[in-house]
Amino acid sequence: MDFEKLHREESGRILATLIRLLGDFDLAEEMLQEAYAVALQKWPVEGTPANPRAWLISTARHKAIDRLRRDQRLERKSEEIAKTAETTTAMESDGDKEMPVDDRLRLIFTCCHPSLPLEARVALTLRTVCGITTEEISRAFLVPLATMAQRLVRAKGKIREAGIPYRVPLQEELRDRLDGVLLVVYLIFNEGYLATSGDALIRRELCAEAMRLGRVLCDLLPEQAEAQALLGLMLLHDSRRDARVSADGELILLEEQDRSLWHAEQIREGTEIVESALRRGAASLYAVQASIAALHANARTAAETDWAQIAALYDVLLRMQASPVIEVNRAVAVAMARSIEEGLALLDEIEKREELEKFHLLPAARADLLRRLGRNAEAAETYRRALTLATNDIERRFLRRRLAEVENLNAHRS
Amino acid sequence: MQYLLLIYHSEQGFEKTTESDRAAIYQEYGQLREDLTANGRFLGGNQLAATTMATTVRVREGKRVVTDGPFAETKEQLGGYFLVNANDLDEAIAIAARIPSARSGTIEVRPIVVRGKAVQA
Repeated sequence: MDFEKLHREESGRILATLIRLLGDFDLAEEMLQEAYAVALQKWPVEGTPANPRAWLISTARHKAIDRLRRDQRLERKSEEIAKTAETTTAMESDGDKEMPVDDRLRLIFTCCHPSLPLEARVALTLRTVCGITTEEISRAFLVPLATMAQRLVRAKGKIREAGIPYRVPLQEELRDRLDGVLLVVYLIFNEGYLATSGDALIRRELCAEAMRLGRVLCDLLPEQAEAQALLGLMLLHDSRRDARVSADGELILLEEQDRSLWHAEQIREGTEIVESALRRGAASLYAVQASIAALHANARTAAETDWAQIAALYDVLLRMQASPVIEVNRAVAVAMARSIEEGLALLDEIEKREELEKFHLLPAARADLLRRLGRNAEAAETYRRALTLATNDIERRFLRRRLAEVENLNAHRS
Repeated sequence: MQYLLLIYHSEQGFEKTTESDRAAIYQEYGQLREDLTANGRFLGGNQLAATTMATTVRVREGKRVVTDGPFAETKEQLGGYFLVNANDLDEAIAIAARIPSARSGTIEVRPIVVRGKAVQA
């Protein structure tokens, strides 16, 4: 019995059921920890039970009843739990049968309730649904441990005091509420995928957890095309994980990545999921981004990339959400699809807007286009400007590398 | 659980509505109140007079300081409230969404503290 694995993979589901049975997040967490402690003592001696999950739930539940009975004031509550326990025992001890899947979905929707602050939703989902420790979450988000712990305590307090229900929303609210859940999953994935500081192992884990959540949502809400679109997007991005950073931690751009390192099976699965989502009417930001990701992932070489279609998709994206990042990406796609001069002209337009003065991606993109045109002196100057704005270490190293390249070319020519 | 649904709206905007629009809104409020009463959700609710009718009271170092106007100048003003019984926050939100002023203003949903239970800061 791989205890670590059980803990990692099953904790969320077990906790979800316990919260339903006990009606209290903190009590459920505490009792589960106690049940694990008992298991660590007993299983090596008596052998692992046939259904470890059911064993843990029933042990945690009995511990809760004991605990509540000791507390006279909570007598009634313990009777309530004992009663619900009887009615659910039969179902749970039923061999290898799956537990009611609803519990996990309930837990996800409760942790992602829109009345909780967004950062608390992200933290609570990671802590409760994914079973990631508070310490790990605080490291992943570069927030002091005490702050993160406080955030979780507040969120659980609000669930209790404000009466946030522990259930899957009714059909008429499901679509709206699902958007909120997808946003949390997307943020978790992005934190793992885009953050370039902090612990690499934890970031990898965030991506894995986000994809796992995406799969749970797709399994449990198979009719929701946007959930599929998001899962497809994550799978496609993540398929490049081994190619986007070199052995010594340097950032490698899409164009220069060794495509044989991309995970072909994952690309196939991701593309299939995205196509199915689009066929069923997915039209969210995730769906459009996933379509772009699919075009990149399915190009055998950088030169074969369908930039015209990518540029068109960025147009769509921009109409859905005004964002300087999308604008810059669109300009780059136009440069690659039509002409570099046209892309540069678009960047000029964006640059005129003063609000983007401090936005390092803008000079970085511009420098790259200048480099492609062989205007190395201008490119060097623009890379230097990008360097004064970029704060992220990996990006700074990348910009410095590029700067050295164009300076070198420039020196050779003169 | 009990929730107080605080109805914030723009007094200025409301003053500009036509007589017939206003009658329609009151009619809708009346209907909502009847529905909530019929299913046992209604505990209380009133429209408040405009903020120009408000008085602010503070006691500082034992001295009573009485001033005119609402506590804070904002774009939207507290115009009324419902006190409702709901099973959980989602039900309270669903009721809040039915309040006519939710379409032009904002409804704040606040759980009522019971039996001196701890309140989060």
